[in-house]
Amino acid sequence: MTLTMRNTLLVVAVAALYILEGSTTFWIFSGSWDSALKMISFALIGSIMALGVNLQWGFAGLFNIGIMGFVALGGLATVLISMPPTPGAWSAGGWQILLGLALGAATIIGAVFLFRSLPKGRKRSALILALLIGGFFVFRAVFDGGVAAVEAINPAATGYLGGLNWGGDNYKANGWLTIVAWPVGGLLAAGAAWIIGKTALGLRSDYLAIATLGIAEIIIAVMKNEDWLGRGVKNVVGLPRPVPYEADLQVDPSFIERAASLGLDPVTASTLYTKIGYVVLFTIVLLILLWLAQRALQSPWGRMMRAIRDNEVAAEAMGKNVTARHLQIFILGSAICGIAGAMMTTLDGQLTPGTYQPLRFTFLIWVMVIVGGSGNNFGSILGGFLIWWLWVMVEPLGQWIAQVTTAGFDPDHWFRIRMEDASAHFRLFTMGLVLLLVLRFSPKGLMPER
Amino acid sequence: MDILNALVALANYVIVPGLAYGAQLALGALGVTLIYGILRFSNFAHGDTMAFGTAMTIILTNGLLALGITFGPLPTALLALPFAIMLTCVLVLVTDRVVYRFYRAQKADPVILVIVSMGVMFIMNGIVRFTIGVRDIQFADGERFIMSVPTFKKLTGLQEGLAIKTTQGITVVVAMIAVALLFWFLNKTRTGKSMRAFSDNEDLALLSGINPEKVVMVTWMIVAALATTAGVLYGLDKSFKAFTYFQLLLPIFASAVVGGLGNPLGAIGGGFVIAFSEVTITYAFKKVIGYMAPGGWEPDSLVQLLSTDYKFAVSFAILIIVLLFKPTGLFKGQSV
Amino acid sequence: MSEPFLISDKMTGGYGKGPDILHDCTISVDPGEIAVIVGPNGAGKSTAMKALFGMLNVNKGAVRLDGEDITKLTPQERVVKGMGFVPQTHNIFTSMTVEENLEMGAFIRTDDFRDTMAQIYDLFPILKDKRYQSAGELSGGQRQQVAVGRALMTKPKVLMLDEPTAGVSPIVMDELFDRIIEVARTGIPILMVEQNARQALEIADKAYVLVQGRNAHTGTGKELLADDEVRRSFLGG
Repeated sequence: MTLTMRNTLLVVAVAALYILEGSTTFWIFSGSWDSALKMISFALIGSIMALGVNLQWGFAGLFNIGIMGFVALGGLATVLISMPPTPGAWSAGGWQILLGLALGAATIIGAVFLFRSLPKGRKRSALILALLIGGFFVFRAVFDGGVAAVEAINPAATGYLGGLNWGGDNYKANGWLTIVAWPVGGLLAAGAAWIIGKTALGLRSDYLAIATLGIAEIIIAVMKNEDWLGRGVKNVVGLPRPVPYEADLQVDPSFIERAASLGLDPVTASTLYTKIGYVVLFTIVLLILLWLAQRALQSPWGRMMRAIRDNEVAAEAMGKNVTARHLQIFILGSAICGIAGAMMTTLDGQLTPGTYQPLRFTFLIWVMVIVGGSGNNFGSILGGFLIWWLWVMVEPLGQWIAQVTTAGFDPDHWFRIRMEDASAHFRLFTMGLVLLLVLRFSPKGLMPER
Repeated sequence: MDILNALVALANYVIVPGLAYGAQLALGALGVTLIYGILRFSNFAHGDTMAFGTAMTIILTNGLLALGITFGPLPTALLALPFAIMLTCVLVLVTDRVVYRFYRAQKADPVILVIVSMGVMFIMNGIVRFTIGVRDIQFADGERFIMSVPTFKKLTGLQEGLAIKTTQGITVVVAMIAVALLFWFLNKTRTGKSMRAFSDNEDLALLSGINPEKVVMVTWMIVAALATTAGVLYGLDKSFKAFTYFQLLLPIFASAVVGGLGNPLGAIGGGFVIAFSEVTITYAFKKVIGYMAPGGWEPDSLVQLLSTDYKFAVSFAILIIVLLFKPTGLFKGQSV
Repeated sequence: MSEPFLISDKMTGGYGKGPDILHDCTISVDPGEIAVIVGPNGAGKSTAMKALFGMLNVNKGAVRLDGEDITKLTPQERVVKGMGFVPQTHNIFTSMTVEENLEMGAFIRTDDFRDTMAQIYDLFPILKDKRYQSAGELSGGQRQQVAVGRALMTKPKVLMLDEPTAGVSPIVMDELFDRIIEVARTGIPILMVEQNARQALEIADKAYVLVQGRNAHTGTGKELLADDEVRRSFLGG
């Protein structure tokens, strides 16, 4: 079997999984195109994240397990761009918050400046310490006041700064702003990646892993607790969307007419229409990013990246600045994760910081990359689709297994109850098993790097 | 000025909890650092190993309680602990045999082992959820306090009270015993010394006839014991929840790195550094300063540097500072 | 003539699947003797010693210890058979005390090794003074003594040293050579690779000059020192 044939077969097989989900109720499939399209949207987002991680791991050997944090930052960007500003929030305390943050940043920059410009010694340490402590209290004094003022504005509905959408009460009309938020999400993630990369790159790979794990937890903690920023665990709901609302379509005469001509009732047609809309948008983003990634990979820059990955010492001896190159690709990969995160929040229509779980947003993406084939962009996409399907379907699969294995038992036999109970936890176990099996028996993944 | 009351308040809210938390982190970090020293990778499944050991302890404790066996004033979990350690030993040894040994024979890159440990983490997490679920579980029984606030106040006549929970006392005592046993083993026994030799210089250890598989096996057994003990102590002191144990990875790794990966003494030091930083920075000093300040000067605000929600940020910040300025850790670890 | 105690008989081999580095190389040593291997850089001196110790593939020829063919044994098995090996670098446990280093040397022994340790402390008195110090804190020459002491703890039947004087000062080098002669006097055959050819030949009972993995000259140390060609090519006149 040639490589092309094998790859084609793999693509066809994965596509079949989704088609079956949409078309048949046989076995564990739901037979709902609505569900299949929703799965495809999420699989597209997962693939984009996998693409970003593959850039870092497959092309540069960087071990990032803080994907969740970058994804969450992307989500935050969607709120910051597409929601309307809370009336009065900026004048009440918004500028004060910004001033506080600026003071905080100035303190850190000042400390770095002192560290660089003064000779080493006790005097330097004392000065830096004094600056940091003093700066911290000034920062808190200014910042806290602003935060209190902003959070006091109608806390049940807003209590946060809001975003940049100028539509006011009619902000949902500017739905296209969410698309603007996607690259902005990438920028936010890139900024965080720059900070973390500056500190942890160049040390051994485990340290980057631990540092990224940490930054992700902190980003989530900030998003959960800084209510002025994104309402924290109170969530931001009702984000505008880049595709039309079902309710609007259902009252649009031309749409009803077109739906009727296809033999669909308006309700079904409208849900399918919006879902397909998302799929089309996400596919465009995926294709653009894939094209860019492939271009980058085949450029001299990409060749150099892989040369560095394969032999860091030799590359360094040839005068390549390994750490700087690593920083570039780390930022790029994280930015892609940020874009995907913004897309996901757009799809959800709400920002819910409490739902960001590392197993779902970091480790699952890793399974996608490893299973798909690290170092191969197409592999990452294949892995994204396959693993997302598995992630969703493992639950019905677990229920099916519980049914089959317990068929001979009474409905209230302890074994039956136990199995039915356990099927809900089947997911993590399966993901771990898949990861270990692939690493052991096919470490290059389904689509190996050429 | 009321130094005595200030000190008591400080002890009650910072020193006692910090000591207990530090001891728990130290035990966790010891496990991470031993794996790093001998098997040479950062084990991301460590948090879930702790969760597994604790889950086993809870199940066994429930069994003991059902049989009517308790441990008097002490938590029954302590009786179940040795058996849970054995079960955890079996789990990690089977994992090593089925998973890690293959990569060891291949002399795989450490980062591959880290990814593998991620897969193991998933599976262990799944097992824990299978066996005990995702609920928050309190399993401390017996006497609740060694010293309660009213008793302390009656005893000393001070305005401020000091409470020492039984679980805090047990944590410190058990951790001290575990650390003493570990160091006795590493420094005084032949097997322990061979572990240190292996960690120090693998090639020379092989030349000296040290059997690597035996060293690895003993290491896993010790790690299982440390992880289970750390997990049970943490769970007794706070509560058990599978996801919390995963989140403990960050402060535990921070402790191990801050102390110097591969260095057991460093892991202990790192554990206390991280724990006390977390507790101090997230504690509201209003009361303490209130006692210290001259009358009428009590602060209005809480004087809390960071809210407790950001305790991860504290361990993380310390980790970053150490990585920036002293990547081998405060106590000199193996290598960067 | 009877078979030497340790002999590599016409060895040919190299690392892994790479090209052969040694060609028909024969090296032997007998009890009470110090045999040295000298030669220019890249001549395969260390490689020859590693081959004797089983650290690379011997494709042709054999290694025999006390008449027994050990060609197929792993280094660890050779240690059990009575070979002691001191690598050139990383030859001590730096984080452990001197005494613990010696104990680890005796790891395969199940009998009481206190006598051996006492003998080693007699041989290297400085180690006795520093027995509770961490080996990593010692000077270069002292570290080499620890390394040799560690290898002696198994009571080896033959001791192999890979450039024991690499990187130590001339004074320390002289002292190390004195110690090595003392070890040889206890009856243990010593095989040594040396960079400092002249000093090594002076103490050698038997010497091999290797060039490109082949035996170029063989003789007693004195013979080779007197040999014009050896002097010209390796000793700088």
